[in-house]
Amino acid sequence: MTYFPEEVVEHIFDFLSSHRDRNIVSTVCKAWYRVERLSRRSVFVGNCYAVRPGRVMARFPGMKCLSVKGKPHFADFNLVPHDWGGFALPWIEAAARGCPSLEELRLKRMVVSDESLELLARSFPNFKALVLVSCEGFTTDGLAAIATHCRGLRELDLQENEVEDHGRQWLSCFPDSCTSLESLNFACLKGEVNAGALERLVARCVNLRSLKLNRAISVESLARILARTPHLVELGTGSFTIEHGAEAYQRLIHAFQKCKSLKSLSGFWDVAPRCMQSIYSICPNLTVLNLSYAPAIQGADLVKLIRHCFKLQKLWVLDCIRDKGLAVVASTCKELQELRVFPSDIYGTGTAAVTEEGLVAISSGCSKLNSLLYFCHQMTNAALITVAKNCPHFTRFRLCILDPGKPDPDTNQPLDEGFGAIVRSCKDLRRLSLSGLLTDKVFLYIGEYAARLEMLSIAFAGDSDKGMVYVLNGCKNLRKLEIRDSPFGDAALLENVGKYETMRSLWMSSCDVTLGGCKALAAKMPRLNVEVINDTDESDEMEENPSDMHKVEKMYVYRTLAGARNDAPEFVEIL
Amino acid sequence: MDGGVGYADMDALKATELRLGLPGSDPPEKPLPTTTTTTATTARPTKRSLDEDRAARREPSEGGRATSTRATKAQVVGWPPIRSYRKNSFQAMKATAEAAGLYVKVSMDGAPYLRKIDLEVYAGYKELREALEDMFKCFEGCKGSEYAITYEDKDGDLMLVGDVPWEMFTSSCKKLRIIRGAEAIRGLGSSQ
Repeated sequence: MTYFPEEVVEHIFDFLSSHRDRNIVSTVCKAWYRVERLSRRSVFVGNCYAVRPGRVMARFPGMKCLSVKGKPHFADFNLVPHDWGGFALPWIEAAARGCPSLEELRLKRMVVSDESLELLARSFPNFKALVLVSCEGFTTDGLAAIATHCRGLRELDLQENEVEDHGRQWLSCFPDSCTSLESLNFACLKGEVNAGALERLVARCVNLRSLKLNRAISVESLARILARTPHLVELGTGSFTIEHGAEAYQRLIHAFQKCKSLKSLSGFWDVAPRCMQSIYSICPNLTVLNLSYAPAIQGADLVKLIRHCFKLQKLWVLDCIRDKGLAVVASTCKELQELRVFPSDIYGTGTAAVTEEGLVAISSGCSKLNSLLYFCHQMTNAALITVAKNCPHFTRFRLCILDPGKPDPDTNQPLDEGFGAIVRSCKDLRRLSLSGLLTDKVFLYIGEYAARLEMLSIAFAGDSDKGMVYVLNGCKNLRKLEIRDSPFGDAALLENVGKYETMRSLWMSSCDVTLGGCKALAAKMPRLNVEVINDTDESDEMEENPSDMHKVEKMYVYRTLAGARNDAPEFVEIL
Repeated sequence: MDGGVGYADMDALKATELRLGLPGSDPPEKPLPTTTTTTATTARPTKRSLDEDRAARREPSEGGRATSTRATKAQVVGWPPIRSYRKNSFQAMKATAEAAGLYVKVSMDGAPYLRKIDLEVYAGYKELREALEDMFKCFEGCKGSEYAITYEDKDGDLMLVGDVPWEMFTSSCKKLRIIRGAEAIRGLGSSQ
């Protein structure tokens, strides 16, 4: 291969689409490293603290797309204190200096300030796409800057961010000359937007294919928008509150009938059940349906709707669909690949909505199922064994039994055998989340059978250090391990320290790891950052020098080339 | 293993058990943990007692339900694992839904306390009937299944549910009453 001119090698590398493949070829020899780095267009940084931003820009000067992830996954569940870190500004600053031809930026779980959005808007003349997922720290003023300055913007996708509302003008900041939008998602914004400006914007952006509105958009406005965007493929509806029989409702039905390309629907925040009839005409074309923000639609109405959706590939619902509803899904949606069932009654004492029966029904009807997130009140080993047999193609399997540490209700046994069956049967499993009563045995099974596992989430499980050691010694492809409230201590942590350099990160909270153990790990492995995160309310009670025997409440370990970070807050100690 | 009480007895026992759960709800409910945070730091949730929890969890053989562990557990931060965004949307939605609803009391002869339902969530009589059956099913087994659903209207008269169009019913219904047994059979010429 080294006899080929560089252009040929580069052309061959063009066929490598995955980051991993490109990373691997760059390690073959210096020549390949050079060709690869100059030709890489899309860079993925899984942990923003693993490498310095400047280093990335220096290595990949031709970069056009950058993806960066910040906080650890458990930050989603409030386990990471608010000011922990994950700032976007250093990345945007470095890109502005080193890669001004940047076109796309994707950030997940990062703190993005208005200042960084303004810098972004002004620094990249070819900027085309901004995707922010689970980020925070910005307001609608930052969005106004993006709308104003990013000529040629194709995509603005805001997913589940916490955005402070500073008024509705931001949308009007898209100039009249802006006609390039293909995807606009502002579903997570709480405030109103200027409806007229929105309608004019979507009318002039003839290539618009994906539009996700926020809850403040009325149904009257939705009807007018749909009339102008008959080629939409994805729609997030907004509140969908209408009087049955009202004129707007009729106009809406009419508009939906014209949207022959609609394949994906979401939103429906305030919809009353009887209004769901308005979408029956589109249901047969739907491949994606997200009703997980619509608690008012109970089982019977959900079922009526789903009976029309026989092409569905991805379905997100609330557990008010009930086991019976899932049975209908199983008999109707033969193409289903991904299912997520969220709990509708997190805080109350409601009736058990879905159980193992629903899951078994789904598994027997939907043989193409490969991704599952299932919140339920109970699960049995027998059910999991059946599911494993029916669906051997799972790549993502996340089961959350709402009551931590709950055993199989039929046999009182832990769920080791059930999960064991899953890992044994699903040879392509990449992501697994465990729940229910579990002993060290389940980890023995995981270590032995889950050869492709990359991410494992453990909560309230295991009996001893052996459990964690089985996983660390067994799962060759493990990248992310997150553990909470499980009896794993220093012996497990220090058993296989080399393993952590092959992984992106390890999170342990409310386990038995001590400060001494963390210090020992940091001392042995200089290329890991061992962060000890103290709860801020505890720090007042804490002594100046806690002893090494002191149990660490939260620990986050990750490999890094950048050394200790300099933006850590007071309550984070980097050993 | 569980003290010699058979499963059938367990059901009867459960029905009369004094607990926090509402009638018709399945195996023991408990106040589920709450975390209420917004993006700004607010008061931190109370910390769980780690050792209590661990000790309780290490006894998997006691009883089919983890009721005793629940009694000792304080609130658990970050459980169930649902994104704050979803939790916050939920609370906002529940608040508006509850504020807007058409809530009426439902009483059933022989039940120790009443329920409340939101008539707006049902599309018609069939759904209402199913929901009421579901809600009061724990009492059905005791006395057989003859019952009639009645309501008190604006004039204070006791009316049989089902005679008038649904919209008219929801706008005039003040409260619901489920009449059981002999009274119900006598009162009805034909069923429903």
